[in-house]
Amino acid sequence: MTMTLIADAPVDVDAEGFLTDPEQWNERIAAEIARQNGIAELTDRHWLVVRFMRERYLATGDAPSIRALGKESGVPVKELYQLFPKGPAKLAAKIGGIPKPKGCI
Amino acid sequence: MARKRIVILGGGTGGTMTANRLRRRFDSDEAEIHVVDRDDRHLYQPGLLFVPFGLAKPEKLVRSRRAQLRRGIAFHECEVASVSLEQDEVLLADGTKLPYDVLVVASGAVLQPEETDGLVWAENVHTFYELERAVALRDALEHFQGGRLVVDIVDMPIKCPVAPLEFVFLADWWLRERGLRDKSELVLATPLDGCFTKPIASKHLTYLLEQKRIRLEVEFAAGEVDGAGSRLVSYDGREIPFDLLVAIPLHGGAPYVTRSPGLGDALGFVPVDPHTLQSKAKPNVFAFGDASDLPTSKAGSAAHFQGELLVENVIRFLDGSEPESGYDGHVNCFLETGYGKALLIDFNYELEPVPGHYPARIGLPLLRESRLDHLGKLGFQPLYWHALLPGRNIPGIGTTMPLAGKKIPAGAAAGKVGAR
Repeated sequence: MTMTLIADAPVDVDAEGFLTDPEQWNERIAAEIARQNGIAELTDRHWLVVRFMRERYLATGDAPSIRALGKESGVPVKELYQLFPKGPAKLAAKIGGIPKPKGCI
Repeated sequence: MARKRIVILGGGTGGTMTANRLRRRFDSDEAEIHVVDRDDRHLYQPGLLFVPFGLAKPEKLVRSRRAQLRRGIAFHECEVASVSLEQDEVLLADGTKLPYDVLVVASGAVLQPEETDGLVWAENVHTFYELERAVALRDALEHFQGGRLVVDIVDMPIKCPVAPLEFVFLADWWLRERGLRDKSELVLATPLDGCFTKPIASKHLTYLLEQKRIRLEVEFAAGEVDGAGSRLVSYDGREIPFDLLVAIPLHGGAPYVTRSPGLGDALGFVPVDPHTLQSKAKPNVFAFGDASDLPTSKAGSAAHFQGELLVENVIRFLDGSEPESGYDGHVNCFLETGYGKALLIDFNYELEPVPGHYPARIGLPLLRESRLDHLGKLGFQPLYWHALLPGRNIPGIGTTMPLAGKKIPAGAAAGKVGAR
């Protein structure tokens, strides 16, 4: 775990750049992480997913998988991949300032 | 105490074992035990892997569910319509109502090919996760003249997460036996970032894949199967052409779980406490094995290791005591690697699979290909029918993961679990 500056704010991140303390997050940090990962601007649809992920994590201690996200967020899986290329659950978690989703075993 | 009613939904590995154990623990005037399943065909699921290669006879894998249950257990052959958590009652499709003091959900996972665009079973599109489909795949392989054989895991969770790996290992052996290996390409496509979710095992297994010239396509999230065009397309637009596709479809919980308000999660699995197996929905509801959302493999061995504690906790609940936190995530599996060899892996929530021996210093080799592990895998089938399902304890094999015999490398841990 290392301390780094994102959008002028000091935050703790893991080796892959996920925030380890969701309390350190703010919207400017989200926008900056999005830019670093190839999303120039966060649209309303992006925010819907990011907030859903974050709220779910804060309520349950775990972020939803991509399938659960597709079923519950109201954004279909296909669109999730358009919004967050490569790994929607992973990238939305990173932007939302929560740890990397554990996924399945 | 007044006569209690225990209702168990599912007469598979977990449900059968639990019903038999509970029947031995309670006299008939202490508890009624009911088991519900939609049919009377108990399938030995570990045998499915061998069917496509002609190594297991389909009819030898199925027995009557009812016949595996002890006397004094009521078996209802019927679909479940829904569960009412409020009324503590199960409603069956034929209108029968089964009120319960304790409910055990052991109805496993179902395949959901319909959730993936274009995933329709066809001459060139198969799976081996169901008996009828495994037989159809056997027939397709009979006519296979070489080409591109692609195995795709659509998404996790799936039952027996090592089975797709075993399938490509066996396919490599089978193609070589038939003189088709040089005319064939083998591809394993997975949504994970490696061939297995745990780093040390992933490294060992990746080496085996390379040795057997099997191409691994990682982080491939299949969005569409185009059977007519013989290609698999990912959500991010990558394509994998195939001559024969073996797909592992999405899995979900039994349909009645989704029809029962408050019982399941978005995928139809029942959320439970990972150590006590008590559901998060209500204290008198327990779930385990494939039907639960436990963060461990969906496998018969996991249900077996959970089973003993589950029975204790059902009894404790009926006694009015707190459940015990005894489950550590223990699971193990024999992984068939072809040419009469297999390797064994053993792990839990905390410790990923490591080399050594199981269950103690003298025992079966772990994470290393051996003939002994292959024999262990074959020898397990009679043990399944005659010891595991009746709920007898297997000597030396307990609920929690043994450490004796394990060689734990520095840095081995719960490990990175595959996320994307």
